[in-house]
Amino acid sequence: MEIKITVNGKTITDHIDADLLLIDFLRAHGCYSVKRGCETSNCGLCTVLMDGKPILSCSLLAARGAGHRIQTLEGLQQEAADFVGFIADQGADQCGFCNPGFVMNTIALLRENPDPTDDEIRAYLAGNLCRCSGYEGQLRGIRAYLNSRKREGKL
Amino acid sequence: MEHRTYQSVNQPVRKKDAMQLLLGKPVYLDDITPGNALVVKIMRSPHANAIVKEINSSIAKKVPGVEAIYTWEDVPQTRFAIAGQTYPEPSPYDRLILDRHVRFVGDAVAIVAAETEKAALKAMSLIRVTYDVLEPILDFRKAKDNPIVVHPEEDWFPPCPVGGDNHRNLVASEEDSDGDVDAVLEDCDLVLEHTYHTKAFSQTMMETFRTYTEFDRYGRLHVISSTQIVFHCRRILSRALGIPKSQIRVEKPRIGGGFGAKQTAVCEVYPAFVTLKTGRPAKLIYTREESQIAGSPRHEMEIRIRLGANRDGTIRALDFYTLSNSGAYGEHGPTTVGLSGHKAIPLYTGGLEAYRFCYDVVYTNLQAAGAYRGYGATQGIFALESMVNELAEKLGIDPTVIRDKNMVREGMQMPAYYHEMANACALDRCMEHCRKMFSWEEKYPVRDMGNGKVRTAGVAMAMQGSCISHVDVGSATIKLSEDGTYNLLIGAADMGTGCDTILAQMAAECMECSVDDIAVFGADTDASPYDSGSYASSTTYITGKAVEKACEELKQKICSIAAEMLGCAEEEMAFEGKHVRRAGTGQTVSLGDIAYKSQVFNTKAAEATASHSSPISPPPYMVGMVEIELDKKTGLVTVLDYMAVVDCGIPINPALARIQAEGGIVQGIGHTLMEDVRYNDRGRPIGSSFLQYKIPTRLDMGNLRVEFEHSYEPTGPFGAKSIGEIVINTPAPALAHAIYRAIGVWHRELPITPEKIAMSLAEHADK
Repeated sequence: MEIKITVNGKTITDHIDADLLLIDFLRAHGCYSVKRGCETSNCGLCTVLMDGKPILSCSLLAARGAGHRIQTLEGLQQEAADFVGFIADQGADQCGFCNPGFVMNTIALLRENPDPTDDEIRAYLAGNLCRCSGYEGQLRGIRAYLNSRKREGKL
Repeated sequence: MEHRTYQSVNQPVRKKDAMQLLLGKPVYLDDITPGNALVVKIMRSPHANAIVKEINSSIAKKVPGVEAIYTWEDVPQTRFAIAGQTYPEPSPYDRLILDRHVRFVGDAVAIVAAETEKAALKAMSLIRVTYDVLEPILDFRKAKDNPIVVHPEEDWFPPCPVGGDNHRNLVASEEDSDGDVDAVLEDCDLVLEHTYHTKAFSQTMMETFRTYTEFDRYGRLHVISSTQIVFHCRRILSRALGIPKSQIRVEKPRIGGGFGAKQTAVCEVYPAFVTLKTGRPAKLIYTREESQIAGSPRHEMEIRIRLGANRDGTIRALDFYTLSNSGAYGEHGPTTVGLSGHKAIPLYTGGLEAYRFCYDVVYTNLQAAGAYRGYGATQGIFALESMVNELAEKLGIDPTVIRDKNMVREGMQMPAYYHEMANACALDRCMEHCRKMFSWEEKYPVRDMGNGKVRTAGVAMAMQGSCISHVDVGSATIKLSEDGTYNLLIGAADMGTGCDTILAQMAAECMECSVDDIAVFGADTDASPYDSGSYASSTTYITGKAVEKACEELKQKICSIAAEMLGCAEEEMAFEGKHVRRAGTGQTVSLGDIAYKSQVFNTKAAEATASHSSPISPPPYMVGMVEIELDKKTGLVTVLDYMAVVDCGIPINPALARIQAEGGIVQGIGHTLMEDVRYNDRGRPIGSSFLQYKIPTRLDMGNLRVEFEHSYEPTGPFGAKSIGEIVINTPAPALAHAIYRAIGVWHRELPITPEKIAMSLAEHADK
């Protein structure tokens, strides 16, 4: 079947199998940041934004994304670069395989709630698994970013 | 202890690949290898023990896009081990690429290679296999000398004498002791005896096992794999495929986590075999389910301890027997078990008069176990630390005080640790520090919070090693570039841990330059100097020292080239970072000029390679304390605070060391409270996805706080010891302790799930 889908601002028209998942469509179109960590919608690694909302691209048929606006980390480099350096300062990137999904969901969180509490951060990102960091360093990184925003009077 | 201020070492430098990873750049295997490779899929046995009578793949081969289907009849008949260990491996050669005898549910039956995943899966569903189904041996307590033999084959081969006997289902067996245990136990005021049971746990690194293979432009087998062990992998493939090592190149890209799982060549042989046969690029990516059922999880162990002590709390004798479940194949079986005693017992060197440590490692018809962070020490420390907590509670002595009394201290010789000296040991300070930071006196008492909820705390100590003494080899090559920067080539594998960065920090410290001036490359069997690999907590300690040595050699060479340029003796030159200075005249030659000189009419390479190995394996030490809230109605344990103080010598990168500790603690919490590799009564795996096999989320771990007590290890680079593995060892005994405090019942089997706690409370009430 033919679909038309907007990926990172570019409209793509493609012939796809009806059972193609969005994650595989995106990777086939060069969005390698989108990672698969499980087959059961449990890990959050494949998180992308659809019309600005975070979704699991492993759990959505590419056909369902037709006509929608998809954003992956490739398309949000600047918005991510604003805060991921603070996570790098903690060393919490570690193996990095969960990073793109976690960063995408953090972008969604900060758009929705620019000044979250620690518990709000934990709750929002609960679906993003990380086996390396123990999560605490990721939290410290986000907290350090928010503190720097406050210092700059941007929050 | 040596106090020094460093420029690059002991600094929280960002990981060299941090921004690449955080911005989602294509750096992992499936991002950087061609998409048009053959898709390789493994057909797996539905039976725990069976002989393949017949395989009919004639219909499957007709599926459009199928390139090849291989069965046991197609593969070489040389047995090999897939454990990433130095030769001769302690692990037995008990595998074939495909074996007619399948030994666990998930064992490989056929290899399918097709143009697309769909075609491969379609073909797999059309392969018809007739099995001669045999009775499996699933209970590891009954495996030794059972009439059901997991490996009856005559070509089973142990390259090392480790006490194994395939006809008895024995992978390994040994006895070790120091002093007269029975006599000392006889003389003790009290002897406690308990048995502890730890289960298999899955590493669940976020990137599953995966390998890509192709013929390179020289017609050699080029293997790109998510592996911790490029050199061992090359050796394993060479034996398994029957081709020379010169015809194989193994490299790793960035790795999405390993934790020991990728210290076993779990999946490399399959695509390599496909490429060898078809001449075409091939890629195998394990599903999460495959990683869960045919990976390399922690060895299940049952550890029986007899502990002899005096009424004043002096621990005088320890008698250990460990039974380890290696599963269907023997990878890492003979070695993991050793740590269950040798990296637990020495914690109590203080007043210990005698110990005995015996073990058996057995085959069963379950998924083969492998290497997992902690590597047997985790199991042994759960048992011993629980036992010591039981002793403290029985004697009514504060469990931190009983440890103060018995723990190993700096300067002691540790008979149970191969008689090594504790040259650098801040365990006593870790305990004191943690007690204060955690407010032990306030949190240890059981506090009723109302509504059936109680709060209390538990404690545990831990140790590990830093490398395999007399075995591991690390190497480093450092090269000067024209602009005075350096390339550092290593064979160690950064799997997310940050070893590329900490090794660059060491090089920068030695070469008196910025960490940014060191470009790191690893690991590739063609380009890297030999390194046994990143495992056994060896990289910082062993490869780090190799970096230090290589830098010393390079500095000498740089001075020598500069001396030639100035026409003076090498001894007159002093390396000063950006330039070399001639003592006396004060003349300097810049590094850039030296580098250019090295490239024109020159006979001295401005590069150096050095190797390092160690006769000792200095243990890091650690204390962990946990505060929990336990709901007596549901058995739910909520971790409130986990605090730990670690002695890893001088931390090369305090930020990365801290993350290692935090990550290890959360994995340990998972093993203790929720994770369990389970099977049904036919040996079929139950928890094969993240729906059933739950790992901690960020809502499950409470508040973490990790601090360090420094010691200075004289044999380590810049005083460093290891950090990677020890950090997983304290949660299980500390949590089991806190749970006992809360409910009055000792749980001696992991995991301690809410169900088990609730059931034990009900049983307790009945009594």
